[in-house]
Amino acid sequence: MKQLLWFFGIATTVKLLLIPSYHSTDLEVHRHWLAITHSLPLSQWYYDETSEWTLDYPPFFAYFERFLSVFANLIDPRIVHLHHGLNYKANSAIYFQRISVIVSDLFLLYGVYISTRNLPSLKRNLVWVLLIWSPGLLIVDHLHFQYNGFLFGWLLLSISFLAQGKDLMGGFIFAVLLCFKHLFAVAAPVYFVYLLRHYCRGGLVRGFARLSAIGAVVVAVFAAAYGPFVYHGQIQQVIRHMFPFGRGLCHAYWAPNFWVFYIMLDKGIAFLLRKVGFNIPTPVASFTGGLVGDASPFAVLPRITPMTTFIMVLLALSPCLFKTWRDPRPRLIARSVAYAYTCGFLFGWHVHEKASLHISIPLALVAVESLEDAKHYFLLSIVSCYSLFPLLYEAQEYPIKVLLLLLHTILMWFCFSALFPKNIAAKGSLQDDKKSTQYESKGSSRTAAEKQRFELGWVAKSYLLGVVVVEIWGQFLHPYLLGDKLPFLPLMLISMYCAIGIVYSWIWQLKWIIIFS
Amino acid sequence: MKKVVKDKLNDGEHGDPWWWLVQKGIKSSFICVSIFALLVRVAVGLHPYSGANNRPKFGDYEAQRHWMEITLNLPAKDWYRNSSVNDLSYWGLDYPPLTAYQSYIHGVFLKTFDPDSVGLFTSRGYESYLGKLLMRWTVLSSDVLIFFPAVLYFVLVYRSMRLGLGQNSDAAWHIAMILLNPCLILIDHGHFQYNCISLGLTIAAIAAALSQKDLVASVLYCLALNHKQMSAYFAPAFFSYLLGKCLKNKNPVLEVAKLGLIVVGTFAVVWWPYLHSKEAALAVLSRLAPFERGIYEDYVANFWCTSSVLVKWKKLYTTQSLRTFSLAATLLTCLPSMVQQVLAPSSKGFLYALLNSSFSFYLFSFQVHEKSVLLPLLPLTLLALEERQSLLWLTHFAMFSMFPLLHRDKLVLAYIALYALFILVYFAPGGPSGRCNGSKTRDHRQTTKRGMGFLSSIAFHPLVMGFLGLCSLILHVIYLTMRPPNKYPFLFEAVIMLICFSQFVLFTLYFNSKQWMLSKHLTSKDKQKKII
Repeated sequence: MKQLLWFFGIATTVKLLLIPSYHSTDLEVHRHWLAITHSLPLSQWYYDETSEWTLDYPPFFAYFERFLSVFANLIDPRIVHLHHGLNYKANSAIYFQRISVIVSDLFLLYGVYISTRNLPSLKRNLVWVLLIWSPGLLIVDHLHFQYNGFLFGWLLLSISFLAQGKDLMGGFIFAVLLCFKHLFAVAAPVYFVYLLRHYCRGGLVRGFARLSAIGAVVVAVFAAAYGPFVYHGQIQQVIRHMFPFGRGLCHAYWAPNFWVFYIMLDKGIAFLLRKVGFNIPTPVASFTGGLVGDASPFAVLPRITPMTTFIMVLLALSPCLFKTWRDPRPRLIARSVAYAYTCGFLFGWHVHEKASLHISIPLALVAVESLEDAKHYFLLSIVSCYSLFPLLYEAQEYPIKVLLLLLHTILMWFCFSALFPKNIAAKGSLQDDKKSTQYESKGSSRTAAEKQRFELGWVAKSYLLGVVVVEIWGQFLHPYLLGDKLPFLPLMLISMYCAIGIVYSWIWQLKWIIIFS
Repeated sequence: MKKVVKDKLNDGEHGDPWWWLVQKGIKSSFICVSIFALLVRVAVGLHPYSGANNRPKFGDYEAQRHWMEITLNLPAKDWYRNSSVNDLSYWGLDYPPLTAYQSYIHGVFLKTFDPDSVGLFTSRGYESYLGKLLMRWTVLSSDVLIFFPAVLYFVLVYRSMRLGLGQNSDAAWHIAMILLNPCLILIDHGHFQYNCISLGLTIAAIAAALSQKDLVASVLYCLALNHKQMSAYFAPAFFSYLLGKCLKNKNPVLEVAKLGLIVVGTFAVVWWPYLHSKEAALAVLSRLAPFERGIYEDYVANFWCTSSVLVKWKKLYTTQSLRTFSLAATLLTCLPSMVQQVLAPSSKGFLYALLNSSFSFYLFSFQVHEKSVLLPLLPLTLLALEERQSLLWLTHFAMFSMFPLLHRDKLVLAYIALYALFILVYFAPGGPSGRCNGSKTRDHRQTTKRGMGFLSSIAFHPLVMGFLGLCSLILHVIYLTMRPPNKYPFLFEAVIMLICFSQFVLFTLYFNSKQWMLSKHLTSKDKQKKII
């Protein structure tokens, strides 16, 4: 425990040092929400249009902002002023908001503490390193600015309750989390099936009693969140703000998911057909611009609607749901949740690259379980962190993000090689069969050693090397060789390259779920 | 209870919780710590520098930038000369030639990416996003190229001599203590200076001297001296240690002559552009010794400034006589440690001698600045494994003594964060500060036996430490929140200075006696050996 606090303390000092760094418009978004929730009565929260940054998180998050705004008002009333506060960039506002993120990370600390309580000491240390010092969370929360650490604290808490068999508690926490940020709902099918099959079993009567118990809990949570808005008859307005389907298939920077390949395929085919002589019109609409009229952003391939993506996510998720239905095991819940988020990330509508944290954070809990997990996590976590690089595009933060990723990679390397040391198996077997025939013992010990040792294969090595190449191309060679031509190419390369890694991770997880469970 | 035992078993080979980090050996843990240290430096670089947006003179940042402008645009012979193109009253170059060469190289770097920032005349007071970034990166690169490798070299030498304790994690802790020294990071990457170069060269020189490469050590030390004249704080220690070793040699005159030739040769190379005439060399020399600036500046916790509360030195005596006083006082206070090293040069004694001579200079020499406390702090961090408690205590007061300066630079947030970071790393769970209580008390008992009980019992008495710690915490808060009375606008600075001065003097006495005890200890051991 002392060591966990120590890890957290070190992370906190770094976060404090990062306060003056670049922050995205999310800082202003959250400041405006503080102002909305502080200055307006609840009935107008989801109606206010003073700024373009309308409140689009579920009610619990709005309550959370209301809670923070009390302190903000004490520190500097202008922060929470609806009109004078617009684009307020004084140190008081920045420091207050940054520090509120740092403090709210205590939830992450608690979640990590609860979920690693029963691990052996070495493994526990490693999970702490992976979670508390996660470079992705640092980049998104403390540079870019958001409250993900706080939310992931709830998610980890919920997962660990489920893993410990406290299903009701786990379901309750997850329901609370959904009322904080609805993006977490991608894992809801997994939770639903798991709770239905694991919690609500044991005969018809008992099962039904339990089903009503958990149903009551979830309904109570949602009532606490949405009740006031239902009372005011605004539930439609709330939903409209929370799900802006007017946005496009991809975010401004393409998140590294399946649709990147789809778009590239479309462009490629259109290019080829044009070469052959067909007259293919260039699409007017853009991928990020949304559903403008009936124009399709694709030249050749069929158009994608939110419904298509929804069905694809469910399809991708179905093997996992099926397995969970047949054999709901507490040990596997972290994997299932991570898998659900992977599917949502790969096939979802308007996915943001920040969502890759949803995959890497829950998987950190199981990364220390076996050598295969460690190898997979090593790759995934690097890709997921690297895909966040375009978030910080200014020169000042460039060394910070590179050093964060480098430090993370080295720490992971040390962690996993300590966990899966080189020759433990070989030593043991050598001592055992010292007197047996030499040839045999040599052969067997060597294979045993190779099985146990943390080492990357040449494919993984060259893939990671490719990350370096892509980065060098985008940062140095591209501006040098091509100048201002093709300005989108470096970003496109990053998302293509990371998408390969994420797809690999998806297949790996799918394979694991099908074969091992 | 059972769980605890199981945990211990799981902790790897030696029950060391850091085993996973250090199992690959010193070099890999060095890489890990140094990347973290680099990250911290970059993060501190986000904060403001000295004199940001502060017309018309700005601060050290502008001074360094101006030197780049001068060295880049003028021929070397004009760098130190007042002329129509080089106004020496505006941040004139007053560091030795190696700094000028470094400024030239960095100037070339700046010119390639942001030519406006080093244009002659036009760039005065130039401040921009890119300019700040490039300047910060020059300090970072100097750290990576000089300070970090020097630290690695030192740690490897130190370990091979088995001066430190055996465990790998202790070495990692030692590296972290040197690389994460909050004062150095704040001054170099916050306030803006290039101390990492001269201090890095000094560390490399120390490491070379410890590994018996005396000639290499002299060259490196001369380079440090030629980068920043303040490195002279270490001169008595280097001089006496190397002299002591020469005297033990069969042919002392030859050894001394070799060292002398090397020193003269190095100086000649560095000063080459100014050796063509006596005037040119003297002109540079006069720039390096700014005697007209008075015996002290601001509120530095040294003898002259502190005693000026009672004795108005500046009014009573001329600068000329004060110069003599300070020189005499400095030499006098250096003398004991020098004598000890000449008589019985030893590796450990050398490190203590560095500490003592630099403290003497800090306390008694002419024209000392708050930032000069970095110099005594350097050998202390090198001795981190031996002087754990002193390291914590003196780092605290060194930070405290620079607090007014850093407050002016708007670096309070970085100050707090780095201070917390230092404390956390210092008290790392399972690190040497927590684990080796047993050996420390034994150490204490040994020292009390030898008659040092008085000093160490004052310095490390829990009550005294607690009281002073509390005082300084309260003073921090007062300094940040309250305004001093109009009659005494510098009241808080003066109080801070008094507290820090008292601690520095106490510890100088303690380290001096410790150095002498060291030789007694050694000679008694030698005698025992002879008897056997």
